[in-house]
Amino acid sequence: MRFVSCLLRMIALATLLALQPGAASAQGSPQAAEEAFTRLGADSFSDTNRAIEILIANAHPQAAVIIEALADGRLLAGGGAVVVKTKDGKLLDAKTGAALASEPPGLSAVRLNNGVRRTIQAALGGLGLLNPDAGKRIAAAEAVFKSRDASLLPVLEGAIAKESDARAKAALRQAQAAILIAKPDAPPFDRIAAVDVLRERGDQDALATLRSLPGDSSAGLREAQGRAVSAIESKLALWRAGQNLWYGLSLGSVLLLAAIGLAITFGVMGVINMAHGEMVMLGAYTTFIVQELIRTRFPGLFDYSLLIAVPLAFLVAGLVGIAIERGVIRFLYGRPLETLLATWGISLILQQAVRTAFGPTNREVGAPNFMSGAFEIGQLAITWNRLWIIVFAGLVFAALLAILKLTPIGLQMRAVTQNRRMASAMGIRTGRVDALTFGLGSGVAGLAGVALSQIDNVSPNLGQSYIIDSFMVVVFGGVGNLWGTLVGAMTLGIANKLLEPYAGAVLGKIALLVFIILFIQKRPRGLFAQKGRAVEA
Amino acid sequence: MSLASPLLRAGEACRRPLKGAFNRIGSGDMSVSNTRRVILGAALAGAAFLGTLLPAAAQETIKVGILHSLSGTMAISETTLKDVMLMLIDEQNKKGGVLGKKLEAVVVDPASNWPLFAEKARELIAKDKVSAVFGCWTSVSRKSVLPVFKELNSILFYPVQYEGEESERNVFYTGAAPNQQAIPAVDYLAKEEKVQRWVLAGTDYVYPRTTNKILEAYLKSKGVKAEDIMINYTPFGHSDWQTIVSDIKKFGSAGKKTAVVSTINGDANVPFYKELGNQGIKATDIPVVAFSVGEEELAGIDTKPLLGHLAAWNYFQSVKTPENEAFIKQWKAYKKNDKAVTNDPMEAHVIGFAMWVKAVEKAKSFDPDKVIDALPGIEAPNLTGGISKMLPNHHITKPVLIGEIKADGQFDVVSKTGLVAGDAWSKELDGSKDLIGDWVEKKCGNFNVKTGKCGGA
Repeated sequence: MRFVSCLLRMIALATLLALQPGAASAQGSPQAAEEAFTRLGADSFSDTNRAIEILIANAHPQAAVIIEALADGRLLAGGGAVVVKTKDGKLLDAKTGAALASEPPGLSAVRLNNGVRRTIQAALGGLGLLNPDAGKRIAAAEAVFKSRDASLLPVLEGAIAKESDARAKAALRQAQAAILIAKPDAPPFDRIAAVDVLRERGDQDALATLRSLPGDSSAGLREAQGRAVSAIESKLALWRAGQNLWYGLSLGSVLLLAAIGLAITFGVMGVINMAHGEMVMLGAYTTFIVQELIRTRFPGLFDYSLLIAVPLAFLVAGLVGIAIERGVIRFLYGRPLETLLATWGISLILQQAVRTAFGPTNREVGAPNFMSGAFEIGQLAITWNRLWIIVFAGLVFAALLAILKLTPIGLQMRAVTQNRRMASAMGIRTGRVDALTFGLGSGVAGLAGVALSQIDNVSPNLGQSYIIDSFMVVVFGGVGNLWGTLVGAMTLGIANKLLEPYAGAVLGKIALLVFIILFIQKRPRGLFAQKGRAVEA
Repeated sequence: MSLASPLLRAGEACRRPLKGAFNRIGSGDMSVSNTRRVILGAALAGAAFLGTLLPAAAQETIKVGILHSLSGTMAISETTLKDVMLMLIDEQNKKGGVLGKKLEAVVVDPASNWPLFAEKARELIAKDKVSAVFGCWTSVSRKSVLPVFKELNSILFYPVQYEGEESERNVFYTGAAPNQQAIPAVDYLAKEEKVQRWVLAGTDYVYPRTTNKILEAYLKSKGVKAEDIMINYTPFGHSDWQTIVSDIKKFGSAGKKTAVVSTINGDANVPFYKELGNQGIKATDIPVVAFSVGEEELAGIDTKPLLGHLAAWNYFQSVKTPENEAFIKQWKAYKKNDKAVTNDPMEAHVIGFAMWVKAVEKAKSFDPDKVIDALPGIEAPNLTGGISKMLPNHHITKPVLIGEIKADGQFDVVSKTGLVAGDAWSKELDGSKDLIGDWVEKKCGNFNVKTGKCGGA
């Protein structure tokens, strides 16, 4: 049965090739096409699968339109009618492509499962190989590479012969190679050449394809395959080391963002601020509100929603921070234990307040276009959201450094924290500076919330998972030193990610904790210890 | 991310009592219950006054305890279960109550704090004199309240899928045992998706560890080689999934069809699925089947990149049966929210509550001993078009549904089994394959059929 269908498809595609797409009209038998439409309406995955095969085998003139609609969930069936809904909402009769005046009753979208999706992918691959758009041809070749549908070999060969675009040609050749590898009756010479093509490609998918070589292949072929596999593996191992480093940087940047606000409130001011994580959470919820407003009122601005959320999150978290400092913390300076308990209480109050206001469930913060997906450098997959978070962390760090070093308020902050009474004697209003410093630290935590909303879930518990890490980074890096926080965050991030592949996520973290405990024994003041009189104060 | 979560957990013991106290202040729980008491008192006084005017208006109510966290980390999952219980009790009262008596819900908040669960359970049974308790989510909370239910002899209905290996006289398990969720899901992948290589990924605690142990034994018994199984555990609330997702990708490139079986719990799922989407792992390449991801969890994610990933449950909101449609309508009306979603543990409470009502009516008494004896054999309709039955091992029969994630965050049911009887003790594990729970004939939760003795292996 399968063989017959493959044969039919080969013939059909050969005619399709000969006649050019579009010119192929009303090929195949009408009964078979009729059967396909009945099956599409049957609401069964195996029937839908079969229907796609029939449509392709008969080179139905509407096949491409129908299958594309099916893939997007725009193919409707019910009551014997099969209808394509175009992207702009018009209804077409699937059989003829004619526009429908009114909607037939009882329509529902034809359902898909993974099996059907794979069939669609393969079918679209077969149909797209001759698409005039080079990008579509590459996508089609990728689909064929995955489906390894041997019946497409003649079409592929034709397409390769005609191909002028170098990248598309390479993709087509790789697809051809993938088919040849799995095809025992192909000429042995071609198959060995195919191994070389895959070796050239050299990624995970090529490795997977090579490994699927049937066990009963000739010795020469198996040897070539073995060499290619080990060559790809050693190359990938190198890339993987690079990837781990990248993951470490990315984790480090997240840690930096989470900790840098604390480096101000705890590091500079010496307040053990357990509510720091909740400032992060407030920032994330601000992002959520901004996005909701934009979604409902100004959908065109969606891609800028995070940009708009950045100053607002800073303001919201900063103002709450100032309120906390003025309302609670200023009465507790010099009493670290009470501060710890009070800020912890505040953190629980804030959590429950958010839970009451927004509900306990996660809130969805969408990713703007420029932050979705990934791109590849060699075999290194870099996701856009991580890249932007690293950039954002760098910017926040630089801005904070500039504020502390270059602005008058930064100068006052440093003066007050280094010697409060002397600063007061010089006419600095220490109370106001305290509030502003705490507000700055909290506001920066709010900024972290904007970034974290992209990778973590926006729930009332968001902050809890970052508070301990933040303290660890600040203490490890050296209290009172922003550079220490930067180095600390990056060291911990990279060390964690380099350990993880060997020790596993759980053991890796334990190992890191043990390391920090030992390190603190040796250097109680962290990597970059502060020197001078402020230390004793 | 939480590099320090082991530290955090180690420090939790000393923090807990405090945290609970703060939570209660934070949630305003005390004041609420105070005002409630005042209002209640006023209402009672009013009723007493009315009672003198209208004879036979005041009557005794029967109390039902609801033990779900309304604050803390588990509030995300458990709050809706409290609401669904309130709705069911409300509805039963409209039908005239049970045995002619009105039901009254007693809600307590154990604040995601395991020792507090035991305390609150004691309060419900000893002080409020509830006839039955519906509650708990995590296994550790269930284990924490177990001694209290045994000591004070009350009834607990536990609505969440769990790792099995337990059958207690006082507990009725209306969620799925592993053979009602995990094993059918693996069977589906092996048969329909032709999966030959397995990643078992879970959060590092008792449910994933036990489930994965069962699955590993099951897969090996089906001829899967050890090198084709990868087991990976992550800490609670893990949020940096880059390395693990790329490991899965690498494991999946061995030329054999690979799938991920995920027992990742709670909040960690969101970053996990986000990373899957970002690294471009599609369901057509490496499908992920999850046991803890339902409609509620998906509400926080953009589901378009997750199209086709799977979940195994005994209920999905998208199931089209008249019972389910009526339930969803009722729920949306009750929540006054057209977007309110329903999920599997909610259905478990629906079934459990219906069974309790029937058992009380059968026993003609609210006495726990009589109700416990009446419950096995009781049947109640589930929402997916079947009739579930309480078994002698205190688990129930349920159908197993496999759903694929749709773009709108709902599930499309791609496979449904008939009713599967819940096994209290897994047949796949050496330590428990000879054990059965039977509270009808053997009066024993861990009866060994080989030795013919009660009391385990």
